[in-house]
Amino acid sequence: MSDPAAMDVEVVTNVVFAGLGGQGVLKASDILADVAFASGLDVKKSELHGMSQRGGSVTSDVRFGHEVFSPMVPVGEAHYLVVLAESEVDTSRHYLRPDGVLIAPEWIDAQRLTNPRSHNVALLGALSLALPFTTDTWYAALEANLPERLHAVNREAFDIGRSDVR
Amino acid sequence: MHACDRLLLTGDEAVAQAALDGGVALGAGYPGTPSTEILEHFDTLGGRAQWAPNEKVALEVAIGAAFAGARALATMKHVGLNVAADPFFTAAYTGVTGGLVIVSADDPGMASSQNEQDNRRYAVAAGVPMLEPSDSQECYELTLAGLEISERWRIPVLLRLTTRVCHSKTVVRRRRVERPTSAPRFERDVQGRVMVPAFARPAHRRLREKLAGIEAWNEPSDLNPIREGGDALGIVTSGVSYVHACEAAPDARILKLTMTHPLPIGRIRAFAQSVKRCVVIEEGDPYLADAIRAAGIGVESAPSMYRFGELDVNRVRRILAGDITPEPVPPRGKPPSLCKACPHHGVFKVLSKLGCITAGDIGCYTLGVLPPYEAMDTCVCMGAALGVGLGLRHVLPEAEARRVVSVIGDSTFVHSGITGLVEMAYNPPPTGHVVLILDNATTAMTGLQEHPGTGRKLDHTPTARLAFEDLARAIGIANFHVVDPATEDARLEELLVEALGRDELTLIVARRPCVLAAGKIKQYERAASTPTGPAACEDGNNESGGQE
Repeated sequence: MSDPAAMDVEVVTNVVFAGLGGQGVLKASDILADVAFASGLDVKKSELHGMSQRGGSVTSDVRFGHEVFSPMVPVGEAHYLVVLAESEVDTSRHYLRPDGVLIAPEWIDAQRLTNPRSHNVALLGALSLALPFTTDTWYAALEANLPERLHAVNREAFDIGRSDVR
Repeated sequence: MHACDRLLLTGDEAVAQAALDGGVALGAGYPGTPSTEILEHFDTLGGRAQWAPNEKVALEVAIGAAFAGARALATMKHVGLNVAADPFFTAAYTGVTGGLVIVSADDPGMASSQNEQDNRRYAVAAGVPMLEPSDSQECYELTLAGLEISERWRIPVLLRLTTRVCHSKTVVRRRRVERPTSAPRFERDVQGRVMVPAFARPAHRRLREKLAGIEAWNEPSDLNPIREGGDALGIVTSGVSYVHACEAAPDARILKLTMTHPLPIGRIRAFAQSVKRCVVIEEGDPYLADAIRAAGIGVESAPSMYRFGELDVNRVRRILAGDITPEPVPPRGKPPSLCKACPHHGVFKVLSKLGCITAGDIGCYTLGVLPPYEAMDTCVCMGAALGVGLGLRHVLPEAEARRVVSVIGDSTFVHSGITGLVEMAYNPPPTGHVVLILDNATTAMTGLQEHPGTGRKLDHTPTARLAFEDLARAIGIANFHVVDPATEDARLEELLVEALGRDELTLIVARRPCVLAAGKIKQYERAASTPTGPAACEDGNNESGGQE
C-alpha cells in the first residue's frame, strides 16, 4: 500500500470512514482515534449523530499529528478513505486526495470472518498496515472499545484485515 | 490529579467531566441531539443527572438547586431553549446563588433538527453572559469558568455549543478545581426571588449593572486570546469557526472570542485597527458582525450564502477569498429510514392506506414522511401534532376534517403533548379528533433515553410511571384504546376508521417497544427485580440511535 501521508507527525494524517448507520462506522473511527491518542499524538475525531443513524449514510473523520485544528477532514484532503458499504464509495470518494488510498469493503473476504459484524474492524486491520502504530496499541484500543465477549472475534477480524490485503 | 488525566473526550463528555470536577450537585435536561450525552456521561461518572419531562422543567429544577446555593447544570438542544425560554429570561432577573450553567447545543446545518436557529441571540435577549468553546478542552474549561462567573455575579451563564463541538473528540487535560465549600441552605430573599412587578423593576436594573460589570471584566480577561500572525489579515471568530480559521489561514492574526456576550468591544476595536484587513468568521447568523459594525468598527463578514449550514475549512477559505460562486454539491447519500422491524411501520401503513391528513411530530416516526408511506403532512415542533391537528379540524370542510389524525411519540407526548390533549377536551372540534401515541417505550431518536412514561429514571432504575390511560381518563377523553402495531394492524385500521367516523375524541396508543430498546428494557427490568442493582448494557460493533 502506498503511504501518502509519509507518517510525518508534523503533517496531519486524515482518515475518513464511510458507511451506513449500524455498520460500525463510528466504532471504527473511535478505535483509530484511541490508537493515535494512546500513541501520544494530537487527535480530533468528528461525526454526526441523529437522523443519520437510522440506516442512512454516515461518515466519521479522524485526524492526527503534532497539532490538529479543525475536527473535520476537508473535502479532497483525506489520505485514507475506509468504506464499509459498496454503495457509499461513490458518495464519499470526494473526500480523497488525488493520491489518497481507498480501502474498499471488498478488500475483506467476508467468508473469512467468523462474525460478519466485525467487518469494520477487519478494515481497520487493512488500514493499520499503512499507519505507524504498534499492533499492541491496536489490540488495546479494540478491547477498550468493545465488550469482552467480542474481543476474540474482533482480534481475529483485525488480523485477517492485516493479512488479507491485496 | 496526575499527568494520566489526559483524556480523549467529546465536547459533551468534557462538559460532564467539568461538571463532576466542579462539584455540580445536580444536572437536569431533556434529550436532544447534540446535547444528550452530557447528562448520560455525567451519570456514568457518578454525578446526579436527571431527565425532566421537558427543558422548561429541567431548567426550573436547576434554578431551584442554584437558588439553594448548589452548583447546577441544565442541558438542552437549541430548540429546547425555546421551551425553557420562560424561566430562562426571568432567572436572569432573579439571579442565582450557586453557579448555574445552561447548555444550549445548537445544530447549524441541521444534522438532526427542524431548524438552525442561532441561540447566541438568546444571550442578548435574556441578558445573560455567554461562553462559546471551540473544542473539548474549552468545553471543560468554560464549564468551570461558567460556574465561577455565575457565582461571582450571581447570574445564570449560557454555554453555547454546536454539533461539531458536542460530537467531536479532542484531547482534554483535567485540572485541579476549587470547589465551593458551603453546603446548600435556604436563604430567604423575597425581593430578589419573587418577581412581582415591584421587585422585578429593580431586578432588571440590577441585571444591567451586572452585565456592565461583566463587560468591563471581559475586556482585558484572558478569555479572548489573540493568535499571533502577520498584520495583512485579521480574523475575529468564535466557537468551532476558530479552528477552521486557524487551518484555512495559518498566517492570519486571529482574535478568538470566547465570552461572546457581553462582547469585549474595546478589544475588538484595537484588534481591527492592528490589521490591514479584518474579517469576521462565524457560523450561522451574523451575530458578531452585526454587533461589531453597530459599534462603528469596520469589518468584512461572510457573504449571505455562508449563513446556511455549517462552516468548514474549505468554506472559510472561500469566505476569505470572497468567493461567491456556487459551492460544489456533495453526492447525495442514503437518507435515514425506519428500522426494518420498527413497530411504526404498522401505523404508517394504515395511515397511508386510509389517506389520513397526519399532523406529525418530532422523533424517529417523523421518517414516516418518506417513501413508501409519505404519511406525514406537518411537523413543526415538540408537541405540535396535537394543536396543529386540532386547528386543521376546526377550519377544514367536514370531509377533510374527518381525515385529520395527530401522531406523536411517547416521549414527545410527555414533553409537550399533554397540554394539547387538555386543549382537545376543552375545545373539541365539531368532528371530534383522533390522537395516536406511538408508544415505543423509549426516547428512540436521541439514543434510547428514559422518560416519565417508561417508569425508569435516567440511570434506568425504576420510578413512578405515567400511565397514558389514566391521563386520558382524567382529561376526559371519551374513547381510549391500546393496540400492538406490529401484530394488530388490522385492528388498528378498524379502530381508526370507526374513530374517524365519529364526532368524538379518541386516543389510541400503538404500543410496542422499539426494536433497538427491547433487549435493554428486558435487562433493566431483570436488574430491577434482583437485589444487586442495574447491570450495564453493552453495545456491539455498531451504535444505536427526544428532540431528535
